[in-house]
Amino acid sequence: MTTEKVISTSVGGGDTDTLVSSGADDEAPVEASLRRDIWKRFRRNKLAVVGLCMIAMLILMAIFAPLLVRLESTIGGIAELDPEKGTSPARLPPSADHWFGTDKTGRDLFARVVYGARISLLVGFAAVFISTTVGVVLGVLAGYFGKAIDGFIMRITDIALALPYIVLAIALVVVFGRSLFTIILVLAALGWMGTARIFRSSIIQQKNQEYVEAARAIGCSDWRIISRHLVPNAIQPVIVYSTLAIGTAILSEAALSFLGVGAVEPTPSWGLMINHGRSALRSDPHLLFFPAAFLALTIVAFTAVGDGLRDALDPKLKR
Amino acid sequence: MFGYAVRRIALVVPVVFFAISLLFFLFYVLPGDPVTILAGGEGRTIPETTRENIERRYGFDQPVLTQFTDYWKAVLQGDLGESYRNNTPVWETAKQFAPNSLRLAFWAVILEIIIGIGVGIISAVKRYSYLDTLTTLVTTVAMAIPVFVTGYLLIYLFGIRAFQNGWPEWLRFRTGGTPSEWKFLVFPGDDESFRRLVLPAVALAFVQIAVIARMMRATMLETINTDYVRTARAKGLTERAVVFKHGLRNALIPVVTLIGLDFGTMIGAAVLTETVFSYNGLGSAIVRAAELRDAPVVLGLTLVVVLAYLFVNLIVDLSYGLLDPRIRYDD
Repeated sequence: MTTEKVISTSVGGGDTDTLVSSGADDEAPVEASLRRDIWKRFRRNKLAVVGLCMIAMLILMAIFAPLLVRLESTIGGIAELDPEKGTSPARLPPSADHWFGTDKTGRDLFARVVYGARISLLVGFAAVFISTTVGVVLGVLAGYFGKAIDGFIMRITDIALALPYIVLAIALVVVFGRSLFTIILVLAALGWMGTARIFRSSIIQQKNQEYVEAARAIGCSDWRIISRHLVPNAIQPVIVYSTLAIGTAILSEAALSFLGVGAVEPTPSWGLMINHGRSALRSDPHLLFFPAAFLALTIVAFTAVGDGLRDALDPKLKR
Repeated sequence: MFGYAVRRIALVVPVVFFAISLLFFLFYVLPGDPVTILAGGEGRTIPETTRENIERRYGFDQPVLTQFTDYWKAVLQGDLGESYRNNTPVWETAKQFAPNSLRLAFWAVILEIIIGIGVGIISAVKRYSYLDTLTTLVTTVAMAIPVFVTGYLLIYLFGIRAFQNGWPEWLRFRTGGTPSEWKFLVFPGDDESFRRLVLPAVALAFVQIAVIARMMRATMLETINTDYVRTARAKGLTERAVVFKHGLRNALIPVVTLIGLDFGTMIGAAVLTETVFSYNGLGSAIVRAAELRDAPVVLGLTLVVVLAYLFVNLIVDLSYGLLDPRIRYDD
């Protein structure tokens, strides 16, 4: 809610925007230097750079998970009894063999946490990709055409925002069955409203600028004005919002799995691991805190990058 | 001001209507037959007469549109229906859970106001000091930590380690259950209740304290750079008068909006906190009912929550006039 407000008030950004669109001939070099400017401003924000590195590491970890850990120890069944000591390898504390210890069925927690990055990132990126697409389309329709279309779309947005999202999520999960695919759809279905609102106000602010008038004067079609002129100039706030939304989506997936309406065993979802760890908090706190730490760090990383992007894209807002 | 309030209410009525109606139809299409629930659960063969009785009593034999209009007629007369699970009127459930939710939200908001606004002001006044940099760093990280992670961390520290390691008495808290004793509506009535309240309130407020501190810092910096603050300084007012009388009062409006929104949200959406601390609030009651497909409870409690949210928002909007006399409602 807050980020949305901050962004929507910052939409202005006239100088940089017109810089891109003015002069079609030398567009490429101007844009390149604009990007370099943004990167330069982004780099100044240490926290954002750290966040970006963390995200890069997470993505690498997710891609190369099979090289880091053995798959069977993630999903696979109960590990064998230790023949010498006669003890079960379940609920082992962290050690050299099992960095994060083992859970109550003897699965290596480090392996599960590493594979959990796949689930979180997949859900986060997929859900936000869908919700951003929907939000951008609705935002353009509402902002560009205005009048009845605008009123209709915005009322639907209001209604969708008025519903408590966890109730809606549970209802949708009950209808479509519990699976990762459902969660992505549910999070997408509940996430487009912010994007739609932000993009609408951004479009409204841009559509009365002179370059749009000029484009219309030389006979550009609505479609061309929207796709070539408006969207590239109005998209900045959406980029920031979407980056933050990935963090929110990852959090929501974990929250739903934690509440028992998200991922199902044996999916290595961090939320689900936290849910299982809670009963053993007294004796084996590591079962809860390792996945919790990874979840928290991931969300911190996306938030930091989103904040950094916002400051970098709109220098007027900075301090 | 009255006219403004009426217009605002007229605007939100259709939103509430459509939101609840959407839920109504969603639950209508959900798999799982309410008659089975009413007759005692799945896996039972229900005698035909029982089925007919139930259908007649609850109106399931009517077409869905009739059921829909009947539902709204009842709601407008103040009847939210009965639970499919245990036949308790939804009003009773609401009355049982709402005070708990309100109290938790109230204390979380108090924490937000004291810590959030306080830290924000200090951070803005001592801009670019180490304290300010530290605050920015801590709040950025704190804002992103999920409430159930904070919750379990608090439980682990003050509910488990505090007892295991023999920390002083005042650092040991209860980590589960709802406080039962209350004085003057919102004050915990005994030591036990106090110790049950503290951790959930801190966990619930945690993220928002960070959000509010940042926002307070930003708006405070904005007002401090305005002409009237410079004038106040030029007049020779003390720094305290400048900061509190001229700066703070003008910087508060966006922060008050945010706190109001928060209070409204926390009444019904503190599901995660309530689950972590086994606290009996509205949010977790709605989720439990949704999992059991107990449609009347979900619809009724959601209606209560949404109305409470909108009511709080209205109050917040109307309170701007008190903070800033320049704001008029009926122009």
